[in-house]
Amino acid sequence: MIGTRVLAAVWIDAEWLHAVAGLVLLVVAAQIACDRRHPRRAGSATFWGVLGATFFARLVPVEWTLASGSRAVHGVPVAVGIAMVGMVLLVAAKQVRAPGARADEAAARTSRQAEARRLGNRLIGPLVVLALVAAGGVLLLPKIAFGGRALVAANQANTIAVGMAAVIALLFAQFVTRRRDARDVQAAAIAPERFVAVREGGVLLQHLGGALILPQLLATLGGVFDQNGVGDVIAHHVAHGLPVAQPLLAVVAYCVAMPLFTILMGNAFAAFPLITLGIGLPFIVRQHGGDPAIMGAFGMLCGYCGTLVTPMAANFNVVPGILLGIRDRHAVIKAQAPFALACWLFNVAAMAALVYRK
Amino acid sequence: MTPDPAAIDSWKLIGVVIVALGFALRLPPLLVVLVAAGATGLVAGLDPLAVLEQLGTLFLDSRFTTLPIVLLMPLIGLLERHGLQERAAALISGAARATAGRVLLAYQAMRALTSMFGLAIGGHAQMIRPLVAPMAEGVAQARAKAPLPDALLDRLRAHAAAAENFGNFFADDVVVAVGPVLIMKGVFERAGVDVATHAIGAWGLPTALFALLLGAWRFRRLDQALAVAGGMASPAAEPPR
Repeated sequence: MIGTRVLAAVWIDAEWLHAVAGLVLLVVAAQIACDRRHPRRAGSATFWGVLGATFFARLVPVEWTLASGSRAVHGVPVAVGIAMVGMVLLVAAKQVRAPGARADEAAARTSRQAEARRLGNRLIGPLVVLALVAAGGVLLLPKIAFGGRALVAANQANTIAVGMAAVIALLFAQFVTRRRDARDVQAAAIAPERFVAVREGGVLLQHLGGALILPQLLATLGGVFDQNGVGDVIAHHVAHGLPVAQPLLAVVAYCVAMPLFTILMGNAFAAFPLITLGIGLPFIVRQHGGDPAIMGAFGMLCGYCGTLVTPMAANFNVVPGILLGIRDRHAVIKAQAPFALACWLFNVAAMAALVYRK
Repeated sequence: MTPDPAAIDSWKLIGVVIVALGFALRLPPLLVVLVAAGATGLVAGLDPLAVLEQLGTLFLDSRFTTLPIVLLMPLIGLLERHGLQERAAALISGAARATAGRVLLAYQAMRALTSMFGLAIGGHAQMIRPLVAPMAEGVAQARAKAPLPDALLDRLRAHAAAAENFGNFFADDVVVAVGPVLIMKGVFERAGVDVATHAIGAWGLPTALFALLLGAWRFRRLDQALAVAGGMASPAAEPPR
């Protein structure tokens, strides 16, 4: 499980897609290394190269261990841990930057407008393919098995469906946007480039910069909290610090604790078991006779209201803002806060009205 | 659940405190999160090499958060290079009754409806940036008599990002039980409480509908701000036709 790993007995393993992503990141690093005009060439190329390398870590076929005190630790994850420190320090030292505006931006704009006219709605096709393959894959891939093996592992189905959909849609997009004759080439206004998809995609990734790995690092932190029992400590304090003796107060305590814990952990799914086992089941269900299905449904939704207002849920609230080129890092949270508050009040009221109804 | 009293060591909260302080003081987020994770491991009694091992293992386990964006960006970059954003803006700006807010509400409704059936159609990288935000922006610019200020365009984009989250979060698996409903059922089952998945799903319906009303309210407010800045009467004040 750690470091190296025997690939699971399935036809398609998520490690293959990790390798494709690693390859994309290594090409981005190489493109930066070759770009003399890049404002932070060395630091940026190192960051993207190291990140790309980590995507190959589970394909390393050797197992090596290091002595650490009384027990051995695995070498590959330790190397990844060191790589994480390096990447974070490069970002913190502002050595990872996006390239400056392209020299021919005016020509590129003309070219985009001409291409939009030439291709019209055919440009939307690859996004439809992406959505259909991803959604269909999530539903169908785990159900397929042949030759005594499952096609994909059930817990990897989402990752593989989205990754495969992206690759298939990219091939389709290459086909759709191809230049069929000399007139097309002329209409495009700027000279065709090689590897244009990875180049343009790489620029988008570079604009995300360190924020790209913030969700992954936050998931890591969530795992560290989990493995070291941090959630139990919080749930213990919450259960002992909130009034739960009176039925309606127990509902309020549960509905406050869910978003509060979600804001701290960045994830309602992490909050749900702890708060439900700490407050919900012992007090609302067992002591006061509430309905667990109603409690769970509205309680989880209270947690989602917390997700809308926490920078810890970086993939929902921070990365999208950067993707859309918004300057204020907290703009998405500010736009969501009134919705979150109103929706939370609705869920508290609904749970209070319904959970003890018999 | 009664955890072992010895496990209730409040020092373990140091990571939570570091994160809260770090975000409040606007320190670099990656550094804050890494320090919080490392400090939590050290407080829990791991030696430095074991901390690095734990961080590295969990980082590799969490690659699924980064993978989709890395694989999607070449696709989005290629399509945008060929004018996808321009096409999306042109596609809708001719529609007479379209407003930015209505585009976002329609997207939220589509996202919510599909996610009720457990379908994940959407996402900030694959739908909002290349398609939905340019459509909403195109409509807003086309309706405005004066160029819209950058601050307002940023607000419009923030609402476009929010439309994805509203649609994604508040309607999940009401009809077809996947994901969150199964997480809830699993928690109850392990605690010895029997709960039917269709019961959990059905009680998600009121909030799913209310979230659409809330979206309509938020996006109408956005349209009003856009109308004021664009120098037109608010769409809400238009006489009925």
